[in-house]
Amino acid sequence: MGSKEGTFGGWVFRWEKRLTSSSQINVAIPFISIGLALLVGGLVILFLGFNPLSVYRSMFAHAFFSRFGLMDTAVKAIPLMLAGLGVALAFRMLLWNIGAEGQIYMGAYAASGVALSMPGAPAYIVLPVMLLAGMAAGAFWALLAGIPRAYFGANETIITLLLNYIAVFWVDHLVFGPWRDPGSLGFPITRAFSSAARLPSIAGTRIHLGLAIALALALLLYFILYHSRWGYEVRVIGESPGAARYAGMDIRRNIILVMLISGALAGIAGMTEISAIHGRLQPGFSPGYGYTAIIVASLAQMHPGYVVLVSFLLAGLLVGGFSMQIAGLPLAVVSMLQGAILFFLLGSSIFARYRLTVRRKELV
Amino acid sequence: MSAGATLAMRKITKRFPGVLANDRVDFYAQHGEIHALLGENGAGKSTLMNILTGLYWPDEGEISIRGEVVNFRAPRDAVLQGVGMVHQHFRLVRSFTVAENITLGMRQEGFWWRPQVVEQKIATLAATYGMAVEPKAKIWQLSVGEQQRVEIMKMLYRGAQILILDEPTAVLTPQEVKELFRNLRQLAESGKTVIFITHKLHEVMAYADRITVLRNGRSVAVREKAETSIKELAHLMVGRELSPEISKPPNTNQQEILRLEGVCALNDRGLPSLRNVSLTVTKGEIIAFAGVAGNGQRELAEVVTGLRPITTGRFWLHGQDVTSCSARQLIDAGVGHIPEDRKGMGLVPNMAIMENAILKSYRDRSVCPGYWLDHKAIRQRAEQLVTAFGVKTATLDSPVRLMSGGNLQKLLLAREVSAGPDLIIAVYPVRGLDVAATEYIHQLLVEQRNQGTSILLVSEDLDEIFKLADRVAVIFEGQIMGILPIKQANLDEVGLMMAGARASEVALG
Repeated sequence: MGSKEGTFGGWVFRWEKRLTSSSQINVAIPFISIGLALLVGGLVILFLGFNPLSVYRSMFAHAFFSRFGLMDTAVKAIPLMLAGLGVALAFRMLLWNIGAEGQIYMGAYAASGVALSMPGAPAYIVLPVMLLAGMAAGAFWALLAGIPRAYFGANETIITLLLNYIAVFWVDHLVFGPWRDPGSLGFPITRAFSSAARLPSIAGTRIHLGLAIALALALLLYFILYHSRWGYEVRVIGESPGAARYAGMDIRRNIILVMLISGALAGIAGMTEISAIHGRLQPGFSPGYGYTAIIVASLAQMHPGYVVLVSFLLAGLLVGGFSMQIAGLPLAVVSMLQGAILFFLLGSSIFARYRLTVRRKELV
Repeated sequence: MSAGATLAMRKITKRFPGVLANDRVDFYAQHGEIHALLGENGAGKSTLMNILTGLYWPDEGEISIRGEVVNFRAPRDAVLQGVGMVHQHFRLVRSFTVAENITLGMRQEGFWWRPQVVEQKIATLAATYGMAVEPKAKIWQLSVGEQQRVEIMKMLYRGAQILILDEPTAVLTPQEVKELFRNLRQLAESGKTVIFITHKLHEVMAYADRITVLRNGRSVAVREKAETSIKELAHLMVGRELSPEISKPPNTNQQEILRLEGVCALNDRGLPSLRNVSLTVTKGEIIAFAGVAGNGQRELAEVVTGLRPITTGRFWLHGQDVTSCSARQLIDAGVGHIPEDRKGMGLVPNMAIMENAILKSYRDRSVCPGYWLDHKAIRQRAEQLVTAFGVKTATLDSPVRLMSGGNLQKLLLAREVSAGPDLIIAVYPVRGLDVAATEYIHQLLVEQRNQGTSILLVSEDLDEIFKLADRVAVIFEGQIMGILPIKQANLDEVGLMMAGARASEVALG
């Protein structure tokens, strides 16, 4: 129980434990993190020889205030929202599923398999089958980590992380090998899906049915978490595994169920992305949506409603990044900004539990 | 008196958010005396001593030692001025030796570890003060009493002149308590100042020279032992008279509720912690488990509530074999549980009072008719509990972690009792609670007993056991040393059994 304090110059800094964690702080933390990340990113942009303010302004204007940019932001928010919901549910139960990226790839893989093997089927058959296949594949991929975790206490963080690589390379293997379109002139892509296997979009835009699916699922997840018996179990287990055991809850069963649903949600993201946007399986179709989803869930503090809002915000950051590229900045600045947001988010959660007091050093 | 005091704390004030923990407290202690700092939980005793040892900074007031004003920024400063504290929960590294623990963190010892020098010093100290410690022993090999001696030695080694002990007897058997105070007396006679924090009145009267009473953050009285009485001290400490004995009609019911036969179980580290435990609990009795903490009480409670698997043996509830039943099945069979760890097990600190009220009953049709929870019914249920059991709270939506210890335990008890269990496992139900809350909870448990509920009470406070129990079972290293009707038990006997003597041996001796 050492006193957490340090001195600097004539000042004494001391961390004091908050007796009550104020809800204002919890609301403020995400904004503070984003602000600090933009500050750090601004310094980097400055070093690269650009004016950070004008870069940010054009980013923001492009992502949220131009017709094309806004539509693109909505399109990119869809997979973030779906995978983010999955990650949020798992995090809620202290299951650190960081494998949404792999689950997205597996979902896309299974959906593509269905689309490619049913070229003549009508949309009302092929699309639901693709959706179910994508969910099943994502769920399966998450279960590969969930079952060892439930039965042997294996570390799901490491397993889900490593499964990401396998999933990405599995898709690479298919598109470079057995599934490659013979007419692709050597490009690593599969044959194009039939038009029945393409998820419909709003006319004249790329905003597709996935948005409606994602919003509906967010609403459903909210009601399940806060109004259902099972959601109550999930929240109790996440807050206090000891209390959950004491109350006779089956933790093992719930670990499996939550991982299953978490993976299925990411699987849906893979399916909608491949069906609506690309129309064929190809490598690198996800620019790290599964990883950005981790930031989405964390910024949203694992609340389905906030996941919806934060998905749009981070999608805007991705889209705004393109305007940076146009200005001559590397796209990697966007990844760096994302990383910085998560970094400050995790770092500033200390403010929820402690307060920093500063006072002048007294002369002893 | 105050002018020549070895230690003088004047007008000490310490505020925490929303709490005035110490309000202009004066505290004086002399060398050569054993001084008791008496008060209920929350009276500000620990805060005052934490200020004295440099853990907290006072907001106002000053401390002087041997006439010089001191200003402690950190515990190290206090140690350098000869102030040492033995905390209630020991700060020892279990896999290190006694000598290593005693010198841990001391810069004066230099960079290289020289066991011979250290052991020699320890042996000299041990001889001077008549305290037996084995410098080469590992901490985990020692009894709790011996570990406490190591903690005291640690402070003496650092040259402590003022020794503070926070609730030193909480984990000791009556015999170990006597031994401790024999040691402390010798320290006092050699000119040191010994301060001990307590809320146990008989201890104060037996061992202290002088007593400072704290109440609600203020020092309300200083008394010489010879000039005071238990009655006066109780009045000063609580601010009112203690309520009379709880009425407990004799229990003649012989109906068996719970039976254990040859039960063995492992602890969290996979070591045997219950050995061949057999007993029968009848309807409407309170059977208390006396024992020093860590002798298998927790494991016993977890076995009976289905939270810990049994390695061998069986147990029956209402004559039905429930050996392999899950926690959920035992809840449904009418077993209530007041666990030792209220915030880590009994309640979910970050969830609302409302949601905590249904932790055990969330599957009931009354609050969850189908798949969806009925929030209206839940609110009603929570409101009933809060009003019926006098839980103080502004709203049902605030998280449980904001409640005081007493209120927390009331809510937990309310939930468990209102489920109408046939058997309640209550583990240290009043630990850390103030006198009023303790009385309330004792009253409640006895009421439950009088209505025919059987209660398995785990306690380390023999006063509590003798007040509440119908029978006392003494547990030592996972074995039952004997089960006695409370009317035939006496304190010395139970104390010896807590230290490992069999009932038969005690009776013979």
